[in-house]
Order: sequence, then structure tokens, then C-alpha cells
Amino acid sequence: MSRLPTGGRIDRSRPLQFSFDGRQLEGFAGDTLASALLANGVTVVGRGTKYHRPRGILTAGPEEPNALVEIDRGGGRREPNTRATMQPLFDGLVARSQNRFPSLRFDAAALAGLAAPLLPAGFYYKTFLSPRGWHHLWEPVLRRLAGLGRAPDAPDPDRYANRYAHCDVLVVGAGPAGLAAALAAAETGERVILCDEQAEPGGWLLSDPQESIDGQPAWTWLDDAVATLRAHPRVRVLTSTTAFHYGLQNFLALAEILPEGSRLRERLWQIRAKRVVLATGAIERKLLFHGNDRPGAMFASAARTWLNRYAVLPGRRAVLAASHDSGWQSVFQLQDAGAEIAAIVDWRAAPPPPLLEEAARRGIEVLAGHGVTALPDGMLAMPRAADGTLIRNRTRTLFCDLVLMAGGWTPTVHLFSQSRGRLRWDDAADAFLPGEPAQNVVCIGACRGTDDLAACIAEGQAAGAGTSLPPRVQRAGGLAVRAAVTGADGRSFVDPQNDVTADDIRLAVREGFRSIEHVKRYTTTGMATDQGKIANMVGLAVVADTLERAIPEVGITTFRGPYTPVSFGTLAGRHRGVLFEPIRTPPLHDWAAAQGAVFEPVGLWQRARYFPRPGEDMQAAVARECRAVRGAAGIFDASTLGKIEVVGPDATTFLERIYVNALANLAPGRCRYALLLREDGCIADDGIIGRLAADRFHVTTTTGGAASVLHMMEDYLQTEWPDLRVWLTSTTEHWGVIAVQGPRSGEVIAPLVEGIDLAALPPMGVACCTVAGIGARLFSVGFTGERGFEINVPAGHAPAVWQAVLQAGAPHGITPYGTEAMHVLRAERGYIIVGQETDGTVTPDDVGLGRLIGKKKADFIGKRSLDRPDMRTTGRRQLVGLLPIDATVPEEGAQLVIAPGSATPLGHITSAYASPTLGRPIALGLLQSGRVRIGTSVFALGSTGTAAPVKVVSPMFTQPAGEGENG
Amino acid sequence: MLLIPCPHCGDRPEIEFRNCGEAGIVRPTAADDAAWTAFLYLRSNPRGLHAERWRHVHGCGRFFTLHRHTVSDRFESAP
Repeated sequence: MSRLPTGGRIDRSRPLQFSFDGRQLEGFAGDTLASALLANGVTVVGRGTKYHRPRGILTAGPEEPNALVEIDRGGGRREPNTRATMQPLFDGLVARSQNRFPSLRFDAAALAGLAAPLLPAGFYYKTFLSPRGWHHLWEPVLRRLAGLGRAPDAPDPDRYANRYAHCDVLVVGAGPAGLAAALAAAETGERVILCDEQAEPGGWLLSDPQESIDGQPAWTWLDDAVATLRAHPRVRVLTSTTAFHYGLQNFLALAEILPEGSRLRERLWQIRAKRVVLATGAIERKLLFHGNDRPGAMFASAARTWLNRYAVLPGRRAVLAASHDSGWQSVFQLQDAGAEIAAIVDWRAAPPPPLLEEAARRGIEVLAGHGVTALPDGMLAMPRAADGTLIRNRTRTLFCDLVLMAGGWTPTVHLFSQSRGRLRWDDAADAFLPGEPAQNVVCIGACRGTDDLAACIAEGQAAGAGTSLPPRVQRAGGLAVRAAVTGADGRSFVDPQNDVTADDIRLAVREGFRSIEHVKRYTTTGMATDQGKIANMVGLAVVADTLERAIPEVGITTFRGPYTPVSFGTLAGRHRGVLFEPIRTPPLHDWAAAQGAVFEPVGLWQRARYFPRPGEDMQAAVARECRAVRGAAGIFDASTLGKIEVVGPDATTFLERIYVNALANLAPGRCRYALLLREDGCIADDGIIGRLAADRFHVTTTTGGAASVLHMMEDYLQTEWPDLRVWLTSTTEHWGVIAVQGPRSGEVIAPLVEGIDLAALPPMGVACCTVAGIGARLFSVGFTGERGFEINVPAGHAPAVWQAVLQAGAPHGITPYGTEAMHVLRAERGYIIVGQETDGTVTPDDVGLGRLIGKKKADFIGKRSLDRPDMRTTGRRQLVGLLPIDATVPEEGAQLVIAPGSATPLGHITSAYASPTLGRPIALGLLQSGRVRIGTSVFALGSTGTAAPVKVVSPMFTQPAGEGENG
Repeated sequence: MLLIPCPHCGDRPEIEFRNCGEAGIVRPTAADDAAWTAFLYLRSNPRGLHAERWRHVHGCGRFFTLHRHTVSDRFESAP
């Protein structure tokens, strides 16, 4: 055990049991999984993706590239790629290592490491671009080797939610700078939200209790600050909450992970802030040397976090490999905690004298101007030559079980960059710092390149109060990252998760890649789940060094959200299952469901497709329903039809300009089938226009077109013809529509209709009356080619009227039918369905409806386009009927060709059904010069490649028994 | 998500609106084929300030014109 007897922010009174790869282990409340593993002496937690080298815990934060584990909460709650450094420990936690085969201790694929030259940069590209067939050999092997975790195989049973919030100031990061900013902003009376990805606020202060603020110990100041903020009425403190996306107009997305056992698992916050303060800190840089990916090699800052925050001594005997001042303090603290320090190896020939003096006082050997390379049980220190290479004939052996890396700091500018702020290279900081902002945002603390605690607090106070920031303060320094990577051993790992080495990057540059974006994609540097937090700056330095250019000349890759991985559950929130999208049900839905109807989705609507009786399949049910309509009467719920009330003195003029039809001569009490085009002359929608009075029309649209037709009408009314006095109202959901169709439909409804003489209602008529005592608009129309009616009643009354019609129709054999029978019935008559026979390229004449166009009208939408040469040319595809020679129903979408071997499509099948009326399959299709081809035969080429002969006929398969609206 | 300044309702979130394409496209009353084709299909797609039509479809229902910078997505006053 490496747990120290005292100290840390863990709660020793609450021990927690957990398991890792089946081993039962113990930690404490306040631990992360990573700190608990280290406390138990577990140092190997995973393996690299490509070479399967064993990997340990590199960091203590969200940037962790190695310690990715599978957490299994049971019951489908199996989550891969969880960063052990960010996973709070809970009682009963079950964790497993990933990416190892067959086990973590012995990994067969680690042999790939021996064969490293076989898998150089661009290996995947080269392999998959090589001659066809070659990758079939490699792919199964690579998939096994390169996989990262196992996807869960059961639905996630947990609950997720989302919230919107507004605030005056959003502070991202609850380190000292962020806390100071939140306190200062709250003092000014502003509404503040403070978020931090860690389970506990404090940021770096949690790892550095030796500091003091305002004369107080750091942790006393921290506890006071957090208590003040939590008690403040205008402040919301969100912990375990990562701001992962910075959008336009200060709109940020945050992912909150709730404590284990909460009702919710995660919550998405979408926050609009008047101003944003980014106190996102900085991430330490690794150093490049052979063996820098070994278990036991970790960031110096991480070691200090394990030591101070979690009271864990991560090793017994440590070596510091440093090119920067900041690591030295970690070593001193480790020594104070009881670790042996084998040596401090600093790349620099002359580290600052105060550090050298302190090391000398402590009796720690300092090897300045040296570098290191790995041994099986320690390190070999050697002097660095002027070109950065190691002088191998003067070695010092350093036995150790812990190597701390201190390569300087990279400010966490991800969110600032996402906000479209400019980054500028700063030589003194040796980093890209926030430059000109694009939004109301300010960066403070380590994110701005400030490393002095008092200065961080001062910047926070200024940012919180909304005053200008004091100058940036930087105390620590180090060797520039570009100089530190010069001459580095080629086997040094730049990206430990994607297993990219310094030589991989150098090879990419030698192969001609110059742009950092290209090098990144070719080598996959920085494309692992840590999104380049570990690799990008060091990789950039290697590219710059190889190209012999300065880092800002090479540039930097684009920062894109999310800052850290976000679960699909968080993004989906409640939008799963039945809540995935709204479901619309017509007023007769419950009745249909009680009858055992089979439903189909039509847009957002659920419509009854057919009503099977016991023992019936779909074909039998549809055939029975069709025969009932043709032979007696059927009843159909047409409530989903779009309906628009068009009212006003200029309503006729308006509709004449919108629809192709002449409507001025439509008398009140009559209705007409109408076509709507787009300006390009192609059919957009169709429907019935019923005239109720001189200035009032009841217009129907297709079910799917209701919203878009109203939108289009509003567009022309508001912007093109604002002088017209017309008002449009959507009445789709106000009217329930009961279609009664068939030769006996009149007899069925006659006893129910009052207020008009039904016998006097002509085909294509409309009248206001009562049906079963309910005020109704009665249309004598249909979509079946039979005599029929559509009874519009207020939606709430539709079930009662439906029952009355059913009862009245029972002696006549009235039969409910669904959308499938409706489709068959209309196809037998050659009626089109917009979106099925039309696809946005079809004109009225193409579908044989050119006669609907009002020839004398000066203008209507699409009129001018119908005069374009392409629209008048011969050889356009035209609607035809198709009779398959054999008895099978052809595929909808099958291509029509002139001969079985032809590769030139002449059109396609748009609808195909078994026709109960004709006792044979029928189809509608669009066929080049189709009307001329009537009487000939073509072939339908299905997806299976078989060509079946079909006879071209008129689309009107049956002659009208009554009167249809197309007449 | 953008906040869009509806001239009738004020700043409202993007999901309440529908973008309706470039503004200022005049529907010709009499046009030869070339002019009509330009009306149907040719749009400017600038890098910079773009006059575009929006409709507050889930609000007041009104159409209006805004000038949006296509790089920064900022709404600006007309040039």
C-alpha cells in the first residue's frame, strides 16, 4: 500500500470497496478510481493501441490518455473508455482494463512492440490504399489490435436530462483564479454560474496546500471561498461539470455527471452568459525520451496531486526528468513525504540557482544538462550534446520506480479557441496564449499563462468585477519545447494513446507532409480520445524542429468541441424511445387501436394502415377492405389531411395565384381538385379547395405538406403580395375528417345528415349541415374513384360521429379501411400521391394533369417555368400504368428499361400493389415518353437484378363508377 | 445556438426560426429564360455580410430580413 497515514482530502472514515480486473480493493470517499488504484500499488492499467505496451497512469486529470477503463454498473450500464482519473470512487465500483488480450499482465500483441518498424506512421493509410485484397488479410488483425473498449450491448437504463440557464457571468474552472472571479462577480450583484470538471472545487489549490493566500493556508481560503459561494443566493456552483463546447453568442454546453446513486446519471446544461470568464488552467507537457510511456512515468504535477490531494505516494524512489522549474517542487514534496529521490535530471545546463541550492540543501543529486533513457528497472542519465542527442559514453544508472516528467505547461485554451478567439504565440510563455477575443470572454490564471498564485487571484478579482486585467505574471521558466525535443530519441512517445513516436512524425515530414493538419491526420497524433491534450504541443514542436521552422510558423490545429468526451446519453437527454420525437394521433386513433389496427408512421402522425381480422395477414385484410369500398361502403379516418382556412375579400385572387387552377369560376358550395407548384414548375402539393362563401375557402393539403404549404402561402402573402387582404389559419387539428366511400355511401349517411338536401349535393360539392347532430362541413369527394363523402366535424366530436356512421352503415356492410387500402384504391383509379408519383422534378403534364391549369390566368406560382424549353421538350418522363406479365408485384423503385440487358433507365416504378379489383398486380411509374409507349412492353429491373416484363397501359386501371375529384 | 433578433419579438433562440434563403431576390413579372433561370437558381453565397430572410415560424410568424456575417455569424445592420 502506498497510502500515507495522514493528509489528503479523502474521508478515511468512509472506506469503499471496489474491484479492478476481478481484484477486490479498497479506497476512500474522495478518491478517484486512479488514486485508489495507485494507493493499492496498481501501476499497469492498460495497454497502448498499436504496440500494446503496458501503460500506467500518466496524469491526474481530464487529459489522461492511458488509464481508460470499462466501468460496469450492471444491467446494461457498461461504459467503456472511462478516464480513471475523473471517475469518483464509489462503493461496489467494478472496473476492467481494456485493450488487452488475453490479459493485462500478458498481452500477446505486445510482441507488436518488438516489430515496431513494421507499423510506422501512415501504416493504416498505406495498408488500406495498397492493392485490393491486401487489407482483407490485415483488417481482422488490426480491428482486434486497435479496438478501444467494448461498446455496451444493452440499452442504457439510466435517466438523462437537460436544462437551459442564463447568467450574467459564467466562470469555467474553480481553481484560485476562477473562485476569485466568481466571488468578485457575485459581490457586484451579478448572477453567477461557476463550473468545474472536478468533483470538488479548488483546481490546483487541491494539489498545493503549502501555498498561502491572504496570509491564510491555501485550504482554509479555499474552504471559505467555496462556502461563501455555495451560500450565495446569486451563485450556482456546478461540480463534476465540464464545459465542453463554446458556441456563438456566449452559448456554452456543459456536461454534469451526477453523484453515483442519483436519479439522474448526467445532465446537459446549455447556458447563455452575458460574459464568460475562462479559468481553465493549464496541462503539463511530457518530455521526449525512450521509455517515457512506461508505467511509473508520470507528470510531476500529477505526482503532487496524488501526494497532497489523495495522500498517495506514487513511488518509492523517484527520478525527475525536467526541462522546466515547476517539477522541482514536486520532487521536494515527495522527499518530504518519505520518497527517495534518485536524482534530478534537468535538460538545462544551468537551472535557476535557488532550485539548485534547495536541492543541495536536501542532498538531492542534480544532473544538469543531461537527458535520460529507459532501463528495465530505472533510467540511464547521459549528458545532452549541443544537438540534443545523448552522449552515450558517459552514463549514470539511476534505479527508480517513478519517473516524474516536467516539460512545462500548455494553457488550456480549447474553449477560448472554440469561441473563435485568436491564439497568439508567446515566446516567454513558450505557448499559444489567448489573443483577441471574438466574444465577451476573458481568460485568467494559468489559461492566460499566469503561474503566480497571488497574480491569479488578482486577475480573478478583476475579471469578476469586470475591470481590466493586470499584466500577466510568469515566474517559472524552462527550456523552450522546440529545443527540448531536438535530438530526442526516435522511440519517444509523443501520443501515448495512439502510439505515435517522434520518429513517426519525423517520417511524415520526410514523406512530404508540411501542414500540421496533414501531419496530425497522417500520423494520428492528437487524434485519440484525449483530443491532443497530451500530444499536440510536443508533436507540433517535433514538426517545427524537423522542418527547422519556428512553432508559430508551423501553426496549430483547430480546437473543436467537445473538450472532453461526452456520452450520447447526455446529448440525447430525454429524447429517447417514445420521447424521441413528438407523435401525433388523429381523433380516431384510440378507436382504431381498440380494433387492433396496424399503424404506420406518416410524418409525425400514426395512421391506421389496415384492420386485420383474426387469421388475416396484411394482403388479405387490404383486399377485404378494398372490396368493401368498391362493393358497398368503407369508412376511413382522413383527419391527418392538412387544412387551411383562407379568408378575405382577396381570397380568390390569392388562391388563383397560388394554385394552378382557375378558381374565380368556382361557385360557393363547390370544390375542386387543385395542384400547387413551386416556382420551378414542379408539383409541390395537391389538395381540395372548397368554396364556402365568396370570401371563404376550406383548402386541404397532403398530410405531410400541411406545414410547408401554409409556410409557402404565408411567404407569398407577406412578402410578394402584401396588398392582398387575406388571412390564413391552420385548421388541421380542428377538424376530424371521416371519409365514407363506396356505392352505398350516400345511403349510409343520409339518415344522419340534416340541414341540407343530401340528394341535391352534387359530386365535388361542399355544404354546411349537421351530421349526427354535430355541425359539419360535408364534402362530396373521395380519393377512391367511388361516390363518397368527407365529413368534417370538430375533432372532439369525431369519435361520436364515427360511431354514428358505423351504426348507420352496419346494414350496408360498412367496413373500416386503412391507409394501405386507400393507396390501392387510388392507384386503381390512377390518382397520384405527391411524394410518391412526384419527386420534385414532375410537372402537371408529366402526370397527365395539365388540364387543371387555368389557361387564362396571367400568373400563378410556377407558370413562367412551365414555358422553359426543358419543360416543354418531348421525351419527359410521364405517368403510366404498368401491368406485370407475371403474377408478382414489382418492386417500388425498380428501374424501367427497354430490354433486359439495357443499362439506360427510362424511368422507374413509383407505386406497386396487388389489386383486389383487377385480381392482378398493378403498378404506376414514370416512363420516358410514357404516353406514346402505351400498348408496348418494357422491363422492370429490380434490386436483385432480375428484369420482369411489364405492359405499359393507361394509369386509369378502372373506369370511374361514380365521380372522382380528378374528373 | 444563435439568438436571432426578431424585429417584432426581440432576441429569440434559433430553434424558433426558419431560414428562408437570400433576401432581395425579386420575382420578375416578365423575364426571358436566362433572367427567369437566374431568379430560380442563382444566389450570391458571399463570404461576409449576407442579407437573408428569416421567419419567426414558432413565434409571431412574420418574415423579415437580417444581415448576417457568414464568417462570424454575427447579425449586423444593413451595409
